[in-house]
Amino acid sequence: MSALLAIDMPYWLQTILRVLGGTVAVLLPAGTIVYVFLFKMMSFMQSRLGPMEAGPYGSLQLFAEVGKWLQKEDLYPDRADKFIFKIAPIVVLTSTFLLVAVVPFGPDAWFTNFEAGVFYALAVSSVSVLGILIAGWASANKYSLLGGLRAAGQLIAYELPMVLAVIGVVIQAGSMNFQEIVMAQNAGEIFGWNGIGNPYILTQMVGFIIFMIAVQAELTQTPFDMPIAESELVSGYMTEYSGFRFLMFFIGEFATAGVFSLIAAALFLGGWGIPFAWFGWDSMDSIDNWMNIVGPLIMFTKMMVLSGIIMWVRFSYPRFREDQLQKFAWKVLIPVSLLNIMATAILKVAF
Amino acid sequence: MPKVPGLIKGLGVTLSTMLRTAKEGSHTIQYPHVKEAPPIRARGVIALHEGNCTSCMLCARSCPDWCIFIEGHKELAPPRRAGGAPRKVNKLDRFDIDYALCMYCGICVEVCPFDALFWSPEYEYSEPKIADLLHDKRKLGEWMETVPEAPELDAGADKKGKK
Repeated sequence: MSALLAIDMPYWLQTILRVLGGTVAVLLPAGTIVYVFLFKMMSFMQSRLGPMEAGPYGSLQLFAEVGKWLQKEDLYPDRADKFIFKIAPIVVLTSTFLLVAVVPFGPDAWFTNFEAGVFYALAVSSVSVLGILIAGWASANKYSLLGGLRAAGQLIAYELPMVLAVIGVVIQAGSMNFQEIVMAQNAGEIFGWNGIGNPYILTQMVGFIIFMIAVQAELTQTPFDMPIAESELVSGYMTEYSGFRFLMFFIGEFATAGVFSLIAAALFLGGWGIPFAWFGWDSMDSIDNWMNIVGPLIMFTKMMVLSGIIMWVRFSYPRFREDQLQKFAWKVLIPVSLLNIMATAILKVAF
Repeated sequence: MPKVPGLIKGLGVTLSTMLRTAKEGSHTIQYPHVKEAPPIRARGVIALHEGNCTSCMLCARSCPDWCIFIEGHKELAPPRRAGGAPRKVNKLDRFDIDYALCMYCGICVEVCPFDALFWSPEYEYSEPKIADLLHDKRKLGEWMETVPEAPELDAGADKKGKK
């Protein structure tokens, strides 16, 4: 956002804009995902209507829910490690905010634009494991501890295929910078034809599928929701949380779904760009300024599609058993993603 | 890998249900605005036909959680034939059912030998306070009006029901 609409802004204004923009970029997708998918799509898939009373078609239901949570007492167990217990949801939410910092929304609409963007995103996304683990430990509850340990085991197991799936993209783009990955996709060409650019979902289909499965597991969404299994662990690490702290976990879950969808859109679907050949752009500087407005909308649309797929899978499948879940990560996803890296590297050298 | 067709089929089921709900509407109804007619033999609430009750206490004694309270006294009624002895009849003073305790087993309705208790499909009688769920015989009598005509047990048989 440093030069949004080519206006020079003082540093303090940039900082305020970045903070506001980051908050919007986290909370807006979270709210939209919860209303459109969690409230409405899930209800329709179960042949019911979902919330209908608060606002037209229940569109203000989320505000009612947030209001309800804010009114609740901030309880903590008697034997809980109170300091750790209180900061755990903040740690989880912080990782989401840190994650959105590297997502590009337009040629100039970004929060930070640094070279190791992909590396940073993958590193920061695993901070939430720490929050979940300490939430489970600090609750002084054996179900919470079990849930926290399961979450840690699962998130570490699925972190690996996610990293390995992204490496294919990084090899193909030749950069770890999100802006350059987006550029490479939209300026790319398929066998000399540049009509749709070269979104990496075509060449990195395997990587995309592995990435989305790993995202599903990272978010502990349903086929992989062993850590928060309601029927046996009574919501795992979230059991003892109430009121605002539960709300933070809840926002964290769906905001992270949105942010991971944004990252997947940037890595595999061409990000904020439209194929540059349409308008004759060839470098970052030649892109018209209106892309700073259209870019975020394109990103939002792609985010909705991807998180829609995440939620669709969530509402359709039953949950994996713990051993199936680990077996799937270590015996299927990681070998396949290693093969994908090898194939990508060989083809990169060959062409 | 052999499970992949089943996985896609599963996604198809949820997708087609979603589209059908969007097109044809849901299976649920929006309750306070739209009301569903309960089935005719629904066990909504127990109604009392006071005239049939002889305060024999069979229902109170058979109730598994003792939610029926009956008090009565004997009265002398005029003899049936001139010159006969006056009849002794049981007069019902109190017939309360505590619906906070009632578990809707229906044993009292089954056991009543004089057809004084009936099932009514009425279901909207929740109260803000749990003590208000203790209903007396006046209220139970009002619910008699909601008791539907019992269906005949066999085709052409006499109808059992309120008299």
